Amino acid sequence: MGNATAAWIEVCKLDEIPPSQARTVNAGDTVIAVFRLTDDRVKAIENRCPHKHGPLAEGIISGDDILCPLHNWRIHLDDGVVAAPDEGCVKTYPVKVEDGQVFLSL
Amino acid sequence: MLKKKLVMIGNGMAGVRAIEEILQANPDMFDITIFGAEKYPNYNRIMLSPVLAGDTTVEDIILNDEQWYADNGITLHMGKRIKEIQRGYKKVIAEDGTEAEYDNLIIATGSDPFIIPVPGHDKDGVMAFRDIDDCDKMFAAAKKYKKAAVIGGGLLGLEAAKGLLNLGMEATVIHDQATLMNMQLDSVAGEMLRADLEEQGMHFKVSTLTTEVMGDKRVSGLKFKDGSSLDCDLLIMAVGIRPNMALAKDSGIYCNRGIVVNDYMQTVTDPAIYSVGECAEHRGIAYGLVAPLFEQAKVLAYQITGQGLKAYQGSVVSTKLKVSGVDVFSAGDFMGGPGADVLELMDRVGGVYKKLVLEDDKIKGVVMFGDTADGPTFFQWMQDGKDVSEQRSSLLFSASGLGDSGHSGIDLVSAMADDTIVCGCNGVSKKDVVDAIMTKGLTTRKEVTSCTKAAGSCGGCADLVDQLLASTLGTAFVESDHEPICGCTDLNHEQVKEQIKTKKLTMVREVMNVLEWKGEGCQVCRPAINYYIGMLFPEDSEDDRSSRIANEKMHANIQKDGTFSVIPRIYGGETTPDDLIRIATVAKKYDVPTVKITGGQRIDLLGVKKEDLTAMWKDLDMPSGFAYGKALRTVKTCVGSKWCRFGTQDSTSLGIHLEKRLDRIWFPAKVKFGVSGCPRNCAEATIKDIGIVGVEGGWEISTGGNGGVHVVATELLCIVETAEEVEEVSKAYLQHYRETGRHNERTAPWQKRVGLDSIKALVVDDLESRKALVARMDAYIATQDQDPWAARVADAEKEQLNKFSEYKRIDIPVRVEA
Ligand code: SRM
Ligand SMILES: Cc1cc2nc3c(=O)[nH]c(=O)nc-3n(C[C@H](O)[C@H](O)[C@H](O)COP(=O)(O)OP(=O)(O)OC[C@H]3O[C@@H](n4cnc5c(N)ncnc54)[C@H](O)[C@@H]3O)c2cc1C
Ligand code: SF4
Ligand code: FES
Repeated sequence: MGNATAAWIEVCKLDEIPPSQARTVNAGDTVIAVFRLTDDRVKAIENRCPHKHGPLAEGIISGDDILCPLHNWRIHLDDGVVAAPDEGCVKTYPVKVEDGQVFLSL
Repeated sequence: MLKKKLVMIGNGMAGVRAIEEILQANPDMFDITIFGAEKYPNYNRIMLSPVLAGDTTVEDIILNDEQWYADNGITLHMGKRIKEIQRGYKKVIAEDGTEAEYDNLIIATGSDPFIIPVPGHDKDGVMAFRDIDDCDKMFAAAKKYKKAAVIGGGLLGLEAAKGLLNLGMEATVIHDQATLMNMQLDSVAGEMLRADLEEQGMHFKVSTLTTEVMGDKRVSGLKFKDGSSLDCDLLIMAVGIRPNMALAKDSGIYCNRGIVVNDYMQTVTDPAIYSVGECAEHRGIAYGLVAPLFEQAKVLAYQITGQGLKAYQGSVVSTKLKVSGVDVFSAGDFMGGPGADVLELMDRVGGVYKKLVLEDDKIKGVVMFGDTADGPTFFQWMQDGKDVSEQRSSLLFSASGLGDSGHSGIDLVSAMADDTIVCGCNGVSKKDVVDAIMTKGLTTRKEVTSCTKAAGSCGGCADLVDQLLASTLGTAFVESDHEPICGCTDLNHEQVKEQIKTKKLTMVREVMNVLEWKGEGCQVCRPAINYYIGMLFPEDSEDDRSSRIANEKMHANIQKDGTFSVIPRIYGGETTPDDLIRIATVAKKYDVPTVKITGGQRIDLLGVKKEDLTAMWKDLDMPSGFAYGKALRTVKTCVGSKWCRFGTQDSTSLGIHLEKRLDRIWFPAKVKFGVSGCPRNCAEATIKDIGIVGVEGGWEISTGGNGGVHVVATELLCIVETAEEVEEVSKAYLQHYRETGRHNERTAPWQKRVGLDSIKALVVDDLESRKALVARMDAYIATQDQDPWAARVADAEKEQLNKFSEYKRIDIPVRVEA
């Protein structure tokens, strides 16, 4: 807040993300997956699985994890860390909801 | 949020049960503090009799050890008796000065044994039988003294006498009435009981009033009203209990026989203060058995945790005597006044007596001696008001009917109705026990007790529980003996399906909650649950898109680079120039990188961007091919009799017809048909889920084939004459598969698992069953009326993006400079 590097960008309305699912947001060449969790918290990570670049937005949300749709790697949405036995990390983005509006910070 | 402070006075059976119920309803609502006058954690008071009799030990009857209190964040003050409740300050004060403030207070002080105030009642060696300390005193006395007397021939007195007998003392029971346990037994059963106990070495003086306790410091004998006397050096008074309400009364809470509460277990005086257990008086009654007290505990928890209003209506109770070797059961109004309709069975040699009091063909009361196996069933029927006129002539031989091979028990429990209460103390039904055994994979009584509480209080139903274990595991073991669905649960597919069905669970999340899933589910279990719900309740459930794998959620196959493929239906593989032109035009317009003819006789547009999907389907205006789903994929056909020189049947038309009929249905796994016009089988029908091959004058239907990982040829199901019959049998087969298949189990392994013969019986031979299956399939088909892409396109046009909004592209600026 008030931090120059954390400029918030309007993305969409929370309602426009189906419950327990995700939407993708294009920022230039980067695609970001914005997840709406079961309890309406929102998380954002790069839409690219460290394994074979699976589109994470199409996976199944399990608690605060996302299961990659291609080969079921499990990735934690808070820190982007892949659950053992697999290894890797995905970039995460600050995201917030205010008055039903979703904001993202790059 | 600050938790409310809940204080409880009394650490006994009813109170702690109420706390357990509260924790179950809402573990985070209260900061809980419990004061108990006894220096033990909560134990099973009922089992003091078996402890005294040497059948079990004090350690074994602890219900909640100190660790339990710690684990649940409960502050426990053992050995501290509350001496004062200051309602004005909302606090309680113990005898040692310890204080605790409360927002809500529960008084669960139980009752005090009644000591008859005859002269000499305060001498040494005169005691009651209520708690562990009393037990210890009796153990000690038995080492030094020889002659025990017990005043009171009720349940408690007889159990105490039996215990003392086992400790090597002489035991005489003095009873003021002629009949032992006269509150529970009629004179016949009372006599039989007495004879039985006399045989075990117990002595009796009935119809006898005690007038004096003799002795110097310690009791040395009793004097009776008839002038006789008895020597004794230990005297137990077991003549009844009085609700322990002095504390409440002193703090201005209204008490009558006990602490008066309303139907929600709140004291009528102070809504912040509740009372439960033997100390409470509800609608004029203070109960002295645990079953009603546990019901009260439930109601209290329901009320105090704000779940709504559930009124306690009072209870009907039944009694069992826990003296080993004597089976006594009684319930209701068993005396049967003059003119009453009474059924009796008396077998003096066998030592069996049963009596049922009926009124208008319904059971009003029951007394049983010697053989009490049917007790719970009769008690259930009594409460249900069941009309027993049909069973009348055989009722007393066995509730489950004549002709079973003696009382094998297992036969009996399997004949018992599901809602029959097995454990009266804890209100646990047969179904509760069986379900727990099935779903949690239990194999011992101990496990059953810890899961359901059955046999956890008086233990009178332990045999029944054992029989239920035997009968349940005996037949169902094989069925339930396979792996859980995945690591998120211990339940297997059948168990989950059964639970969804019986509990009417219609949401994936609900299923995971109710069935105690570990975690939030995964790509294996969530789609499975979603399928079972949709299959069982097609009309009353909504598809959970968040529990579908990417392909099914998107209605498009996801490719390795995150793009999708579009495969429209080309029914039976037969197309038209116009359709081909349309597909070609769309492929060009959207720059589709690959156009391929699939192995399923249709056209695949590969490499489509997510945001183009909707527009492409709009332009195509063709039904979705479901190439992505656990659904009907393709019906592969050959040209058949329309063109082929060998063709005996019109395979193409039949294939098209079937594909149109069975479109859009979700199955446990994908389903493929092949329809060939003759046994040359150009459509490779015999490696499909259903293979149909035209023969002279009819069709051969064979099923359970697979051309994938493990190639399996179909097995012949039947031969039929007409295309209509093919449709009917196919539908019946597939509906049976939908109902009994495990999610992700294709027909080949399914058919192997359930057996072709059993499938044949239901789908082919039994016409009724076939019709019923077809009817269920048709009913389901009627709910699947819209093509998913047509729906999506219509929504998009109405700008109702919500349901499918993930297809729409969002762009944001790459960097916002500060
Ligand atoms: C497109 C197609 C290949 C082709 O270009 O011809 C194809 C493509 C795929 N098949 Fe297939 N199968 C295709 C016909 C077949 C056939 C032949 C047939 O249907 O006559 C078979 C063997 C017959 C059978 O199923 O018994 C076949 C056996 C499989 C299997 C193994 C199934 C098994 O039970 O062992 C899989 C893997 C699976 O389902 O788990 C599979 C899985 C797949 C998937 C869905 C892989 C996946 O999960 O992503 C491929 C999707 C690619 C895509 O996005 O389109 N495909 N696949 C064919 C689509 C037919 C159609 O029009 O819908
Ligand atoms: C030997 C025996 C056999 C029994 N057999 C059966 C049977 O077979 N079936 C059946 O259904 N029932 C049976 N009962 C009855 C059953 O045990 C009681 O109905 C049940 O324990 C009552 O529960 P409660 O919580 O109301 O009281 P209790 O379990 O007595 O608990 C009350 C507790 O409050 C404590 N307390 C009292 N005043 C204070 C105070 N001021 N401060 C702090 N603590 C206080 C007491 O010390 C006691 O521990 C039997 C009872 C006995 C004694
Ligand atoms: S095998 Fe196929 S192509 Fe040949 S006749 Fe039979 S149906 Fe026709
Ligand atoms: S690409 Fe994500 S698991 Fe393989």
